[in-house]
Amino acid sequence: MSRPVPRANPALGPLADRATSRRTGVGSLRILARLPRLLCAALAGLSLAGCLKRETAVQRGNREQVLHRGVGNEVTELDPHLVTGVAEGNVLRALFEGLVTEDPVDLRPVPGVAERWELSPDGLVYTFFLRANARWSNGEPVTAQDFVTSFRRILTPSLAADYANLLYILQGAEAFHKGTNPDFSRVGATALDPRTLRLTLEHPAPYFLSLLTNPPFYPVPLATISRHGSAYQRGNPWTRPGRIVTNGAFTLQKWQPHQVIVVEKFAGYWDAATVRLNAIHFYPIDSVDAEERAFRAGQLHLTEFVPVGKIDAYRRDSPHLLRTDPYLGTYFFRFNVRRPPLNDVRVRRAFALAVDREAIVTKVLRGGQRPAHALTPPGTAGYTAVARVPTDFAAARQVLAEAGFPGGRGFPTLELLYNTSENHRIVAEAIQEMWRRELGIEVRLTNQEMKVTQAARRAGEYQILRSDWIGDYLDPATFLEVFRSDSGNNYTGWSHREYDAALFAAARTADPVARAALLQKAEAILLAEVPFLPLYHYTHVFLLQPSVKGWHHNLLDHHPYKHVWLEP
Amino acid sequence: MLRFITSRTLQSLLALFVVITATFFMIRFVPGGPFTAEKAVTPEILANLEAHYGLNKPLWQQYLDYLGSLARGDLGPSFKYPNRTVNEIIADKLPVSAELGALALAFALALGITLGTCAAVYRNTWIDYTASAFGMIGISVPTFVIGPLLVLLCAIHLGWFNASGWYVPADRVLPALVLGFAYAAPISRLTRGGMLEVLHQDFIRTARAKGVSEFRIVTHHALRGGLLPVVSYLGPAVAGILTGSFVIETIFTIPGIGREFVNSAFNRDYTLVLGTVILYAVLIMALNLVVDIVQAWMNPKVRLEG
Repeated sequence: MSRPVPRANPALGPLADRATSRRTGVGSLRILARLPRLLCAALAGLSLAGCLKRETAVQRGNREQVLHRGVGNEVTELDPHLVTGVAEGNVLRALFEGLVTEDPVDLRPVPGVAERWELSPDGLVYTFFLRANARWSNGEPVTAQDFVTSFRRILTPSLAADYANLLYILQGAEAFHKGTNPDFSRVGATALDPRTLRLTLEHPAPYFLSLLTNPPFYPVPLATISRHGSAYQRGNPWTRPGRIVTNGAFTLQKWQPHQVIVVEKFAGYWDAATVRLNAIHFYPIDSVDAEERAFRAGQLHLTEFVPVGKIDAYRRDSPHLLRTDPYLGTYFFRFNVRRPPLNDVRVRRAFALAVDREAIVTKVLRGGQRPAHALTPPGTAGYTAVARVPTDFAAARQVLAEAGFPGGRGFPTLELLYNTSENHRIVAEAIQEMWRRELGIEVRLTNQEMKVTQAARRAGEYQILRSDWIGDYLDPATFLEVFRSDSGNNYTGWSHREYDAALFAAARTADPVARAALLQKAEAILLAEVPFLPLYHYTHVFLLQPSVKGWHHNLLDHHPYKHVWLEP
Repeated sequence: MLRFITSRTLQSLLALFVVITATFFMIRFVPGGPFTAEKAVTPEILANLEAHYGLNKPLWQQYLDYLGSLARGDLGPSFKYPNRTVNEIIADKLPVSAELGALALAFALALGITLGTCAAVYRNTWIDYTASAFGMIGISVPTFVIGPLLVLLCAIHLGWFNASGWYVPADRVLPALVLGFAYAAPISRLTRGGMLEVLHQDFIRTARAKGVSEFRIVTHHALRGGLLPVVSYLGPAVAGILTGSFVIETIFTIPGIGREFVNSAFNRDYTLVLGTVILYAVLIMALNLVVDIVQAWMNPKVRLEG
């Protein structure tokens, strides 16, 4: 076993060799003899320590009413006017409050900073009456003027706010934002007195109140912002702990990038009596696997995501921890209708008919998604599309033959482009196989990094493109507007005068029944023309400890924290 | 010595300039930009954004502007984090990566040198085979396998540590072990090789002949020469370990600079890409200089030449 180190000089060799071999021999034997005992001791120590587990963050949180929430991606910013992501929104809903807020069960608009409001008969003028006890975290009252200055800030071009166009619903806001009218007094936002705010709309919008619950409509403390730099420029560090002034149920205590954001209950909040959580800790864990491990280790009450590969295991072993809530989003493919043969509606229709959506959601994705036969998710603010794109292989083959490609003969090889991701790949492969089998059409799969895909999309350099759309507010318009001719999100080259006209009319119709009919008409046109291929409607799949109460299913995944509590 | 340092610094500055220029233009020629997103911003908003960050100027003008602000030590604003500057982000995250790196390095050196030395001294014994097997495992099993396994055992099953995060001192243990393990393996192999070579040399035999104890021969006479290969390996390794590991930081959710280094490229956060590249380049150049000096001190045969 032990061999002496060879020596160059034979004269010194034997002596040194003997010394080495004896030492190694004895040493190794002694350690070898001790090994089993050492191993036993180590194992005993491990199992003993296993019994003496520490109290986890979740257990302590349950006792102290502290919610530990995973928010997925990194929170890039806490300025309500500059954020764009879901993670940011989930933190901001704890810190700020708009004129109205949401019912925890059905997201119906309920009083927030405004205790009541009136709507003019033509559906254009809202008058909000602000409550007297709405306070900023520095103790000052939240006034109507605060809202006016906030709307002015987000609409100021130099701030370059990504979501400024959400405010175009206000009369004259678009002209002010685009610089054609520099006079803000002509924008439909006026403080009649400190507690009365009048908002005039460009056109009637039944979803306007729902829109007001979004961060771009939150009030921001202009005086505080100006103390730390220009209020109308990016790069102002006013949102750091110790500086930020908020008006929601919680205040910011700690913000460590890529680690944790801690908010604590604000005693001066007008509805503090309702708030049961003492604090919320938000964890931006951008690796889904790491987030799931943190959940299992008892660090999180709920996660933002679940690794797809683990969904089945949770469904089987711990279904009480797994939640699959319908979500206001649709997964679809865009067709570039500028490119033959996709400029032929029959070809597009053949593609759309020859997809087994049921198989995609039950066999490939397995996360409780709903097959999509239209663009708007069913049940969006009471609207479910009547028209639908069915799955019908025989009809698909027939329209393809009518288009001049019987059995797929003579059909060019098209390219299906998706941004690099495991989930997109498996869906694309399943569909590639369906089209090959049912239509005899060969489609090449190409994946590119996300920003490269987006550049190709903007340049129109694709044939079929994986896409999705997440609604901004609870209304079919947030989906249907995507394919308007002048929409910046259309990208397909498809335009249809009647479709645009129906949406234009719907936006100016105050009567809900007449409006719904116009939206149905638009969706029917869209589904007959199929510039896109609906695949499935999203679900939000996440893990939730049963101790979290008041976490209701809803399409927007909004959970007003003042109605959430923990029960050990 | 002084001439050597001056000359090397000048060379490094030139190399740095090339790195900055190449990175600046390469990242600009990659398709997509910092403001492309799933939901498009309107053309007006895009124009406002580009005007704010000076992206509407000609590229050469932006390049000169960047060099100008760089000369003042200003790495510019981040595009992804609208209210943070690149200087702030680096100041925030480099210390975290450096702390983790220092712990991992200490662990890697202690383990790697000990194992490597034992393997060389007890060459071709079971000790050597065990240490070599460890080295092979450490090199061939990636951290993204060892990391989650350790988390499963120590955090989820035994409940000793947090599964992820950087909140309490105990959170340093698992990532430092995993990262250190990855570096300990090559260090042990390099140490073994270096020590074997030294242990064969005449001056060791002379020491033995004089009756110096084997322990003293290894620690006082052989190690200094035996560690030379390790030292030259450490230059780039330390730069890599201090600037963070994308994989370790992702597995353990550590707020270090390693993740920014990778993610900034995905986000097309031009200034942050440049900031992290400059940081990495400066560290590598500085550490290679240090390595050269240390090697000259450890081995009289090495001469410092500009």
